[in-house]
Amino acid sequence: MKKEPVKIKERDKLSRARDFEEVVLGFSEGEALEEASRCLQCKDPKCIAGCPVGIDIKAFIGQLTKKDYDGAYATIRQKSNFPSICGRVCPAEYQCRKACVFTKKGEPFASQQAINIHFLERFIGDHGAKKGLHLKASGGSKYKGIKAAVVGSGPAGLCCAGELARQGIKVVIFEGLHKTGGVLRYGIPPFRLPRNILDAEINSLKELGVEIRPNAIIGKAKTIDELFGEGFSAVFLGLGAGIPSFLGIPGENLCNVYSANEFLTRVNLMNAHLFPVSHTPINIGKHIVVIGGGNTAMDAARVAIRLQHLAGVPPDTTICYRRTEVEMPARRLEIEHAKEEGVKFDFLVKPEEFSGDEKGFIGKMRSSRCELGEPDSSGRRRPVVIPDSHFEVDCDLVVIAVGLGANKILTSVTPQLKTDKYGDVTVDPQTMETSIKGVFAGGDIVGGEGTVIEAMGMAKKAASAILDYLDRKSA
Amino acid sequence: MKILDKDVLADHQGVRIVRLTIQAPDIAAKARAGQFVVLMVREEGERIPLTIVQTDPGKGTIVLIAQEAGLTTKLLAGAKTGDSLHSIAGPLGHPTNIKKYGKVILVGGGVGIAEIYPVASALKNAGNHVTSIIGSRTKELLILERELKEASSECIVMSDDGSYGRKGFVTQALKELLEKSAYDLVYAVGPIPMMRAVSAVTKPFGVPTLVSLNAIMVDGTGMCGCCRVTVAGKVKFSCVDGPEFDAGQVDWQELMNRNSIYTEKEKHICRLTGQAQSHP
Repeated sequence: MKKEPVKIKERDKLSRARDFEEVVLGFSEGEALEEASRCLQCKDPKCIAGCPVGIDIKAFIGQLTKKDYDGAYATIRQKSNFPSICGRVCPAEYQCRKACVFTKKGEPFASQQAINIHFLERFIGDHGAKKGLHLKASGGSKYKGIKAAVVGSGPAGLCCAGELARQGIKVVIFEGLHKTGGVLRYGIPPFRLPRNILDAEINSLKELGVEIRPNAIIGKAKTIDELFGEGFSAVFLGLGAGIPSFLGIPGENLCNVYSANEFLTRVNLMNAHLFPVSHTPINIGKHIVVIGGGNTAMDAARVAIRLQHLAGVPPDTTICYRRTEVEMPARRLEIEHAKEEGVKFDFLVKPEEFSGDEKGFIGKMRSSRCELGEPDSSGRRRPVVIPDSHFEVDCDLVVIAVGLGANKILTSVTPQLKTDKYGDVTVDPQTMETSIKGVFAGGDIVGGEGTVIEAMGMAKKAASAILDYLDRKSA
Repeated sequence: MKILDKDVLADHQGVRIVRLTIQAPDIAAKARAGQFVVLMVREEGERIPLTIVQTDPGKGTIVLIAQEAGLTTKLLAGAKTGDSLHSIAGPLGHPTNIKKYGKVILVGGGVGIAEIYPVASALKNAGNHVTSIIGSRTKELLILERELKEASSECIVMSDDGSYGRKGFVTQALKELLEKSAYDLVYAVGPIPMMRAVSAVTKPFGVPTLVSLNAIMVDGTGMCGCCRVTVAGKVKFSCVDGPEFDAGQVDWQELMNRNSIYTEKEKHICRLTGQAQSHP
């Protein structure tokens, strides 16, 4: 008889929207065992191919059912550097869970019945972190005295740094901000990724001997050539997708129109929700509108509604998206969480203009209604504006979460570094090597916005190519 | 990030301007005129941009000058020699395009005088005839007069109340110069109304005019878009596209509005900390 999925424990929706503590509480051992026991251990498991880094999901779930948690951790760790992080932020319903045999063919995302692989991964990841199972240095002295520079401390940079440091390479991470973690810190809110989880991953890198230099903006403070001049034998660029996109409509520079990056950075990195104890301010609207349909839009809306609660403002936050719920690229779980926390959704909305008061603060948003047309290149049905469907809503704070472009701080001063028409760094897809010898890249600066696990996959590939490169160099 | 030296350049009628020499070897080695840093005074602090006024690559130091306005500049002004900043990153923004223009006028108002100083020096060294016009509300608030005199071929001092130099605004002196002779570049830094007025004065003369904008920033590297300004109808980020822009093309009203986004919050936090200070 088919067993029902084990429901994950979550904090009460009313109380959790008043703080920034983690929402999903995770499986207990019993729950993890029960959920794992639902896995059919398929002879030809499809889930593994659904994972961007090819974790042997069947094997780790098998080990879990036998209570071999250390073994399960080792299995995941062969492919994924950050199981505790990926178990929390991976869009599993578009990846491994969508490939699970319990998901019907042709579904846009995983069925409810699909094994909760990500929650099992999280259970095992947290077990490994608690027991200190982080992979240690390999002990070899082959790379003794060799230095590698990693630019950026987001998912790609952290992963590459760990891979290289474990081989005995002296790794220095250069981070532009004052804190490490990149988008894991400034972008993803603590209620999705608690800071102790992130800090533990960063600390385990430090234990491997990785040196972190914050406030170091490569391209400004130092060039790539200078890094080689300082004795670094290889360089990895995990620069991220740095520049927020805007809609390009009138009124977008009115006060209280934020990019999602700014809105989230002020809270997640600078703790603006603790103002005035923390000194970075953020404004809180009575009627907040978030524009976009991705995870960033969900994060921004859920931060916004928390700010309203904390400030004693009756919660009124609406996500406006130009298609419908099914086309939203966000994780289904985040959409559900946002709804539970009181975020409202208005679909098939195309903002046309923002207008403000005499002091330049936004007051209204004028939009058009859309209907869904033919599918576009992404396979999703294209939003088509319905003529004369204008409508206006009151809003005194807007967050724009419609994507990011490449940051050109480093590429603009490094003409030898080839980029594509989007400004992303061009790499050899086999090795992740850029047009400069000894310089490799991965994450969002290669191929645009992706997920944490995709960034990690690229970084692992780059790290192994860097080892080959160092071997060839010394041969 | 250690503060090696600090002195008070002006302290009058509640306005305080301080000069700090800070250990920052990587920044000192690379910084050029027109660039800025983003710093945090404390761990719980705000990230604010400040123009790099001077560098000494040999000693690995930079000089910053700040006028107390919000809480962060107050904390900075209250820091002591030997204290360390929580963070400092740079040099950020595009440097000024230093070349031989011919005859240039630099206009500095208030603490903006500190920001035209490195540009004046660099332009003079590049063989330009540099005329500086520096102004403040009153005599006690005038800073860097000696430095600007050294860095310029001629230097005109103005004060709003006539307590020092000539009485009047910097724009009056600017207009007179432009009426008398042709100039190749005007470069102005100061409060937004001053820069806007400079732009209005130079427009009829058709002289290229640059301003260095002081938009609010968070990261300073293009990541947040907080510092966006409209220039010639296009959205630019002050941090990565600027901080210098063609004065005649800047949407001044929008900049003024955007720079007052947090006025209420600033008042609130300064009131709170003011109380905290009066009850030690």
